[in-house]
Amino acid sequence: MDNPYTEKMIGKVEYWNDGLMDQKEVRQYFNIPSFHRNGINSIYANSKPLLWFLFFFLLISAGVGCQRSKAGITVAGSTSVEPFAELLAEEYMSNYPQSHIYVQGGGSTAGIEAVITRAAKIGMSSRPLLGQEKNLYSVTIAKDAIAIILHPKNPIQDLSLDQIREVFSGKIKSWKELKGISRPIVLVTREEGSGTREAFQKFVMEKEDISLESLVQDSNGAVRQVVASNPSAIGYISLGLVNNQVKALKISGVEPNLTDIENGKYMLVRPFLFVFNEEPVGETKSFLEFVLSPLAQKLLLKEGLVPILPKIAKE
Amino acid sequence: MQVKEKIIEKIFLLIALSSIFILGLITFFIFEEGLPLILKIGPKAFLLGERWIPSKGSFGIYPMIVSSFWVTFGALLLGIPLGLACTIFLSELIPPSIGILLRPAIQLLAAIPSVIYGFWGLIVLVPLIQNYLGGPGLSIFAGSLVLGFMILPTIITISEDSLKALPPSYKAGALALGATHWQTIWRVLIPAAKSGIVASIILGMGRAIGETMAMIMILGNAVKMPSSFLDSARTLTTNIGIEMGYASGDHRQALFATGIVLFFIIMALNTLAIFLSRRRVG
Repeated sequence: MDNPYTEKMIGKVEYWNDGLMDQKEVRQYFNIPSFHRNGINSIYANSKPLLWFLFFFLLISAGVGCQRSKAGITVAGSTSVEPFAELLAEEYMSNYPQSHIYVQGGGSTAGIEAVITRAAKIGMSSRPLLGQEKNLYSVTIAKDAIAIILHPKNPIQDLSLDQIREVFSGKIKSWKELKGISRPIVLVTREEGSGTREAFQKFVMEKEDISLESLVQDSNGAVRQVVASNPSAIGYISLGLVNNQVKALKISGVEPNLTDIENGKYMLVRPFLFVFNEEPVGETKSFLEFVLSPLAQKLLLKEGLVPILPKIAKE
Repeated sequence: MQVKEKIIEKIFLLIALSSIFILGLITFFIFEEGLPLILKIGPKAFLLGERWIPSKGSFGIYPMIVSSFWVTFGALLLGIPLGLACTIFLSELIPPSIGILLRPAIQLLAAIPSVIYGFWGLIVLVPLIQNYLGGPGLSIFAGSLVLGFMILPTIITISEDSLKALPPSYKAGALALGATHWQTIWRVLIPAAKSGIVASIILGMGRAIGETMAMIMILGNAVKMPSSFLDSARTLTTNIGIEMGYASGDHRQALFATGIVLFFIIMALNTLAIFLSRRRVG
């Protein structure tokens, strides 16, 4: 006798099929062999070890997950700060091998929210705190300049702030109007809510809107990628992330370099913040102290940020 | 034995119900978060507004609805002919030796993560379009091309199933009446399996509208009404995906509200697909 449950199933398939196929065809279609008495049992028997393996795998991985989150500090927030925080975390962990620091992106607002809900110990913000957020404990760990970037082949080297504003608001549409190549300008901006965009809006655009025609990318890296692959593109990213794929524009003759940022000639500078729920203690405190130490600040300087200890900048 | 069976049945029932429960929970949450904003600014201003500037309180998603359909339409333009041709070949014309290779390959197409499609589009397609067709390269055209390939597995597997489900007598009858193989396929089998094929296309459409990651990478995400296939655009899904990280307050609610619109579109498409595939053949 065939297994009754298989029969039931084939009956159902037949019903669903509106009786178009007979049982034999259904069997062929679904690759169901005519079952002998132990047919279905043998299928179960074969997959048992695999199921057990999966079960234990899940159990073990869950256990590992719990252990890790207990011992570590989670740092979450701005994608502009993220690469630098990762670097600092690595350095810190090589000095203190038993501690774990997990760095996540997500954005300034998400990071601050994570601190408020205590999902993260430290929030990274690339914009000043607003409204109620000001009640949180925050420390400026470094300053960052925003560079206006172009494709390296673009002949333009220098623009004034007014020109950049007119480009980004869509009033100047071709490089020709700026005495460059005769191609339309491709604007690349960050998404609404991004700390970098807010800073750019405040420093460059002021009351003007960024053109709705502009391409929108959701990270510094993506903006750089688009500008690097398009000779007529212009965008803005953290100075620390400018590499040889793109070139940083001079603003009214001022190059975005450390000296001119320090003496205030280069204006597009914003703070990088670490945000805490309350004054940090224990492990969190020792990580913060490390970040503010000369060693870490030198590291940040090497990566293109402006350290908050003026001495290091001068050395 | 009987008791054990009953217990197992109940456990499975519970598991099955939990999936519905989660669906309900998600639906409730999306509406709870998004609906207040739609009511606050008015459904008309939200659905038909042409400006999306959250920092200034304008939340119009009309360009995104239009872009979603442009991208999807472009994907179908590529996906339907390719998918249908592939289905016919697979179910009727194929030599067995190629079938062994082709079927798993098509299924693999569905297994590739969308971020890989996006990356491929960004590195390969976008520069080509930028150099040969002009514009920023990140465009609806690039997105449609990639999506067209992404929906192929959906279209092919479901329409092949519906072709295979036809009674063999249809084919035998047509051939016996003197129709050629091609006439049989085109005049008898395809019309008979029409409802299944249409359902597969609608499901493919649902997948195209819902795709996010690849589209964020390829479309360029500009918030304006598209005027040509070479323009950059932002779809409903990418609007949520790209701005979720930094959004708070009204902006966050507006993203959930975008989710509500998406929810209705996908629901409508799936209902249509289920309705069509349940209809009697012939």
